[in-house]
Amino acid sequence: MSLSDQSKTPGRLARAWDSDIAWSFRHSPVALVAGAVSLLIILAAAFAPLIAPHDPFDPSTLNLMDGFSAPMEPNAFTGNVYWLGTDNQGRDVFSTILYGARISLFVGFAAVLLAMVLGIAAGLVAGYRGGWVDGLLMRVADVQLTFPSILLALLIFGIARGFIPPAYREEMAIWVLIVAIGLSDWVQYARVVRGATMVEKNKEYVQAAKLIGAHPAKIVLRHILPNVLGPVLVIATIGLALAIIAEATLSFLGVGVPPTQPSLGTLIRIGQGFLFSGEWWILLFPSITLLALALSVNLLGDWLRDALNPRLR
Amino acid sequence: MTTPPLLSVRDLVVEFPTRRGTLRAIDKVSFDIAEGEVLGMVGESGAGKSLIGAAIIGLLEPPGRIAGGEILLRGERIDSLAAEPMRRIRGKRIGMVFQDPLTSLNPLYTVAEQLIETIRTHIDCNDREARERAVALLDRVGIPAAARRINDYPHHFSGGMRQRVVIALALAAEPELVIADEPTTALDVSVQAQIIDVLKEICAERGASVMLITHDMGVIAETADRVAVLYAGRLAEIGPVRDVIQHAEHPYTQGLMGSIPTLTQTSSRLVQIPGSMPRLDAIPQGCAFNPRCPHAMERCRRDRPGLLPRGADREVACWLYEAAEEEVRHG
Amino acid sequence: MIAFIIRRLLQSILVMLTVALVAFALFRFVGDPIASMVGQETTLAERAELRDALGLNDPFVVQFFTFVSRALVGDFGISYRLQQPVMELILSRLPATLELALVSGILAFVLGVGFGVYTALRRGGWLSSSIMTVSLIGVSLPTFLIGVLLIWVFAVELQWLPSFGRGDVVDLGGWWRTGLLTESGRASLVLPAITLGLYQMTLIMRLVRAEMLEVLRTDYIKFARARGLTNRAVNFGHALKNTLVPVITITGLQLGSIIAFAIITETVFQWPGVGALFINSVRFVDVPVMAAYLMLIALVFVVINLIVDLLYYVVDPRLRMDRTTAGH
Repeated sequence: MSLSDQSKTPGRLARAWDSDIAWSFRHSPVALVAGAVSLLIILAAAFAPLIAPHDPFDPSTLNLMDGFSAPMEPNAFTGNVYWLGTDNQGRDVFSTILYGARISLFVGFAAVLLAMVLGIAAGLVAGYRGGWVDGLLMRVADVQLTFPSILLALLIFGIARGFIPPAYREEMAIWVLIVAIGLSDWVQYARVVRGATMVEKNKEYVQAAKLIGAHPAKIVLRHILPNVLGPVLVIATIGLALAIIAEATLSFLGVGVPPTQPSLGTLIRIGQGFLFSGEWWILLFPSITLLALALSVNLLGDWLRDALNPRLR
Repeated sequence: MTTPPLLSVRDLVVEFPTRRGTLRAIDKVSFDIAEGEVLGMVGESGAGKSLIGAAIIGLLEPPGRIAGGEILLRGERIDSLAAEPMRRIRGKRIGMVFQDPLTSLNPLYTVAEQLIETIRTHIDCNDREARERAVALLDRVGIPAAARRINDYPHHFSGGMRQRVVIALALAAEPELVIADEPTTALDVSVQAQIIDVLKEICAERGASVMLITHDMGVIAETADRVAVLYAGRLAEIGPVRDVIQHAEHPYTQGLMGSIPTLTQTSSRLVQIPGSMPRLDAIPQGCAFNPRCPHAMERCRRDRPGLLPRGADREVACWLYEAAEEEVRHG
Repeated sequence: MIAFIIRRLLQSILVMLTVALVAFALFRFVGDPIASMVGQETTLAERAELRDALGLNDPFVVQFFTFVSRALVGDFGISYRLQQPVMELILSRLPATLELALVSGILAFVLGVGFGVYTALRRGGWLSSSIMTVSLIGVSLPTFLIGVLLIWVFAVELQWLPSFGRGDVVDLGGWWRTGLLTESGRASLVLPAITLGLYQMTLIMRLVRAEMLEVLRTDYIKFARARGLTNRAVNFGHALKNTLVPVITITGLQLGSIIAFAIITETVFQWPGVGALFINSVRFVDVPVMAAYLMLIALVFVVINLIVDLLYYVVDPRLRMDRTTAGH
């Protein structure tokens, strides 16, 4: 009496699946709001130079006299009004947030991309080849999984810094950060892809492709990869939220991006210093932005997982 | 005044709301089960057999719900009972045996723990008395060395033995009605007959009625007193097993019987019904069977036939027989 | 059973050796150990002599062996930054971290299981939905942000609780300084413990809920209901017990995460534990401390893994093959 065997042909199934996703999105207020918020922040960050009132990292546009302006109140010395206030150096908080989100998102997307490429490659190879390659990769994955990724990212970051001459540390920090977060998060992709590959590779059509002499790489990319895109997309979405959080955490701990290129985490770290002196806006607005970003991306991932896996609903 | 039957199902309707509209999985099904009777419920998978069982015992899984009709146990309505009184009926007055013994038992508790818990839920007794009952019960369902094996965990038993344990659990509080939902489907062919025998014997001993849900006509033929044939959530035919098997009246039942190999049959070919059962969201107008029916008439495509009485205790939902009845009357 | 434990032990040793190799590689190849130990005026000859004396010219395997045998007796060398023996530094700060982790862990487990069970049983209720939504916020809130916001509300605005440090500590037997026995110590623990436990709590809660929903769908739960067992017996006697089997594993592993996440909490609250020590070692590339912390965390994880495996064994009778499976 199951309702799922309604469509018989794969073509119709695929279309029904597509419309299911669309339907689910339209009928989920949470997904709609989360999607809108994510998109808004991503667009605002991408077009930060066009939107921001001024470039907070161009010293020529700064006036120290503008420092510590409260939100929406004219500054005591200059009379300038800043929508979200200014920090100690007179930087407009709204502008720093836009530029900070830009860096947070850049690191997040780059790290997810790295983790995804590594994970998918490892998963496909492990699943398709099997044998000792599989054994070795999965052992590594198991050991890595026992450690929380933030700890791994910290370690990788620390080790990488040890190798980089001190003069280049600042400059390379952002790339080191991306590698650290990316390397700490590939395992989930690898596991899902490996599992799906092992199922797919025994199906008739893959056997048939082998028989006609198709190259293994072609079989894997053309036939197996498309089948795992759904779960990979879910992991990547949730992974993006995790990467943004990881970046913010590392930057907050003072081991992430350099202070000259502050991300949202750095801004919160700076803001924490002004908590006790009453300049709450320097902390609050970057915090809200980070939370809104991480939460909406997380909600999207959650919704996507449920939508792709109706059994869990 | 006649005493009401043990179980009476009247115009039962079970629906599943989905976003593409409401699916009617059971459509106006009516039947009775008498005291001590074994009623077989047959139909293809997807016909709704198990749903009727779940509806009777009050365990339809949401979003499925009873959307119409009534279920009476000794004349009292049980389909509209609140959760707590209904819980008291489950196990105590209606027992249920599920299909797969491998998954029906909680792996983390011993058989003794599960039996004693069930007995003490329904029968006022202490732990020792409950254990004695439990051992006697296990012994009765044919578990060797019951007093010792009772302390084992489910995974220590084989499939057939586990199904005996399941039967013991279902009968632990001596229910008046046992719903057995495909009790042998998941078992080895070699032990199927034993399990059916055990179930039948014990229920006969205790005077319990049985509703035996299966797609296996062979099991029905050997076990049931009467049989109800279900097609696409509707009752096609109901009557004494012998009559239905030997003189099937509904074209669907005829097709079903034709597809069973028999030893005495001289013809070398099995009859096959063309087509397949419709999906719930595409049940044709009129008789649900009309697109596959060799005798389909204009009327079958327009009006749905109700159950027409045929003789003392037989009913069939087919327009063929109304015409026949009218002819008899007029001729 | 014995074979199982031995196999797990061997695996654990293998993991530890792997981590030791990483730690050793850190030691050996990150920066120049000599440069960090001597002053500017040391001559090249003296450096070479020191290099020889330290065994840095020995074959790799010999050096690794020396490293492991020293690590076994707790000798990780001298901190580059603080110029104190690493083990001493770690031991003096370990009680602070362990107390924090333990309190957070208990908090996370008790509340996580409670909320998880509730939201699974009352699926669709408004309170469940609220808890689930709040939990998503909890998962999305970075630990450090929770801490900062808690400080803002409870330390700055309301001034109920201290925002940093451990408060007064009591020395127990000279090797364990506890904050649990003084009022200020307990007050200081509240915000860090909530900060550290919240994330783990939401994880445990979501896990318990998912597992519980899975279990509630199983045949044996349906059969238990069909036998007329009370909701209480079905939900807590049957469903919860089965839910806890997988939950134990994850929760055990979470305990390890708590110790790791303590790095963040300790930084936010200036909590004098090993996490804060580690973060500073990363910042200043203080390799001996990094290496020792790595080994310590690995040890904690391996031990927890072992305990979880044993617990698993106790809870799930299917793993206890004390009796031969009876045939039909």
